[in-house]
Amino acid sequence: MNKKQKKVLVRIIIAAVLMIALLLLPLEKGSWLRFVLFLIPYLVIGYDILKKAFKGIMNRQVFDENFLMAVATIGAMALGEYTEGVAVMLFYQIGELFQSYAVGKSRRNISALMDIRPDYANIMVDGKLQQVDPDEVAVGTEIIVQPGEKVPIDGVVINGSSSLDTSALTGESVPRSAVVGTEVLSGCINMTGVLTIQTTKEFGESTASKILDLVENASSKKSKPENFISKFARVYTPVVCYLAVALAIIPPVVLLILGKDPIWGQWLYRALTFLVISCPCALVISIPLTFFAGIGGASKAGILVKGSNYLELLSKAAVVVLDKTGTLTEGVFEVTEIHPVGVSSDKLLEYAALAESYSNHPISLSLKDAYKKSEGAKDYDSSAAERVSDVKEISGHGVEAKVDGIQVDCGNIKLMQSLEIKVDEAPVSGTVIHVAIDREYRGYILISDKLKATSKDAVAAMKLAGIRKSVMLTGDNKTVAEAVAAELGLDEYYAELLPGDKVSKVEALLEKVTGKDQLVFVGDGINDAPVLSRADIGIAMGALGSDAAIEAADVVLMDDDPMKISKAIGISKKCIRIVYENIYFAIGIKVICLLLGAVGIANMWFAIFADVGVMVIAVLNAIRALRVK
Amino acid sequence: MKKTYKIDVDCANCANKMEEAAKNTAGVANATVNFMTLKMSVEFEDGSDVDTVMAEVLKNCKAVEDDCEIYL
Repeated sequence: MNKKQKKVLVRIIIAAVLMIALLLLPLEKGSWLRFVLFLIPYLVIGYDILKKAFKGIMNRQVFDENFLMAVATIGAMALGEYTEGVAVMLFYQIGELFQSYAVGKSRRNISALMDIRPDYANIMVDGKLQQVDPDEVAVGTEIIVQPGEKVPIDGVVINGSSSLDTSALTGESVPRSAVVGTEVLSGCINMTGVLTIQTTKEFGESTASKILDLVENASSKKSKPENFISKFARVYTPVVCYLAVALAIIPPVVLLILGKDPIWGQWLYRALTFLVISCPCALVISIPLTFFAGIGGASKAGILVKGSNYLELLSKAAVVVLDKTGTLTEGVFEVTEIHPVGVSSDKLLEYAALAESYSNHPISLSLKDAYKKSEGAKDYDSSAAERVSDVKEISGHGVEAKVDGIQVDCGNIKLMQSLEIKVDEAPVSGTVIHVAIDREYRGYILISDKLKATSKDAVAAMKLAGIRKSVMLTGDNKTVAEAVAAELGLDEYYAELLPGDKVSKVEALLEKVTGKDQLVFVGDGINDAPVLSRADIGIAMGALGSDAAIEAADVVLMDDDPMKISKAIGISKKCIRIVYENIYFAIGIKVICLLLGAVGIANMWFAIFADVGVMVIAVLNAIRALRVK
Repeated sequence: MKKTYKIDVDCANCANKMEEAAKNTAGVANATVNFMTLKMSVEFEDGSDVDTVMAEVLKNCKAVEDDCEIYL
């Protein structure tokens, strides 16, 4: 609790004790002494409200809570309902204190979740470590990060090795290793060794700063419920005030005309009850708080939502369009099958890897990787130069080379046809490298992009989260696309698309999405920025460190796990559910209390519950959005 | 041009009122108040002087909510 809150708490306690003491004293009802004595707790608890109300009138800001509370309590005191006058003020202050405390606490909780802002950077000055403001560190400076410290600025490791805890950025608990040459991102925590990092960005452009900016600015893009509430609050309070005036005047006048007792006091009391209920606090605080907590909880899970409006749209997601490479697949080519003819598969891989040793083509690299991982692998990098000679790269066909003096040909079917070598039937679900040794066919190696381990579960989880149609877009050929779509259980796929075709496909799909339904596009942020911005909601994944993707997307998944898609949808649905619970609950209770108040069933105690109680419950409900499974 | 200021205000409805007051200040193109992060971001109209506009914004905010502060 801060100073201001403590002061209010002390006032609440004093006023409450005084009030109870006065209730126990045998004071004569309606006596002046009683009034003066009750005035003490009333002023102790309410002086600031009365002052604010007065200032509000001076500034022509009549319909604020302070004014309402002032009128309601002064009215109660004037009617001789001293206990209620003091109690209303007391409970109003308790409610305000609770609200301020709860909001402050969740504000701190959420900031703690996103505690990635580095406070300082260490630089070497004359052989001594010095802490400086990270804002002042120029690009290219060498900074030292010790175990337990946060990496303050993005950069490349130039000395040392360690493992990094990236959980604050990605929600991923497995540490990443960092060695010389590794790019490291600010916001990670260095766990084991001392690292010397050469910075590649300024502090303001670094990952940690960008993420913080993004999350802090998220609530400036307001959702529909938030806009509705601010409009509602603007109308609601004046309307209830006018109703209160009407309630105080019209029924007694009608009674007078009918020749009955007008009972002014009773109708005035009912009108004052109205005023107590008229404060829109519960709604005004709980709706933005829910969104704030939802966005905070999501970012803890490595899901950055750029605005509460996107959180709202995401909850209505009905169609998910996914890019294949890099989203559903690893985006890395790997040897997935070796089909040897008359030789061992290790031998086949060895010859192919050696023949391709001079090439930097992704396919060559994947052959080399596979060979290095295989059991019979010899010291590849040093021996390749000795064993391989006469390398000839034939663009679009493959490679011819001599390995240990033996002719080796590796390449696609066109190469084999040009050499008039007959090949075996090979599957079409990837890139096939045929190998001939000494001009004799020795089999093929299949290289394909591996599906991510969680892709299949991710598609199933999306369906459970309410996605009605899942569509895959890819530039790959139809056979590959069909196989992937079938394995993952996707509803539709479109293959052989050029990057530009993806936008028009998404536009065509958008036309079919009607009503409140929303279309989500998920991509890895590379080359698909136009599609990300064209879809209702663009989700970029594996975006850690990719500025372009963070710019273009509405929702950013910090790591590349497709399971996060359904998680993000789940979080948004929970958040929106809480928002509507609070809207219906708060408005519902208030309307009921207004009706009961008008006919005299609900007294001022009821009204206090309708105001403070509802707010407390709504705030507690809002905070639930922070918890993410 | 856009600038962000730290603010202090106690209730969410007051923050809404501050936003409204800031928006209606001459020289301000748009303003948003984020009650959760206690920040006000103000977009200025071209050619307006930031200091004088912000002094005016503060005055207007104080008028609608006495108990508020903008750290300029």
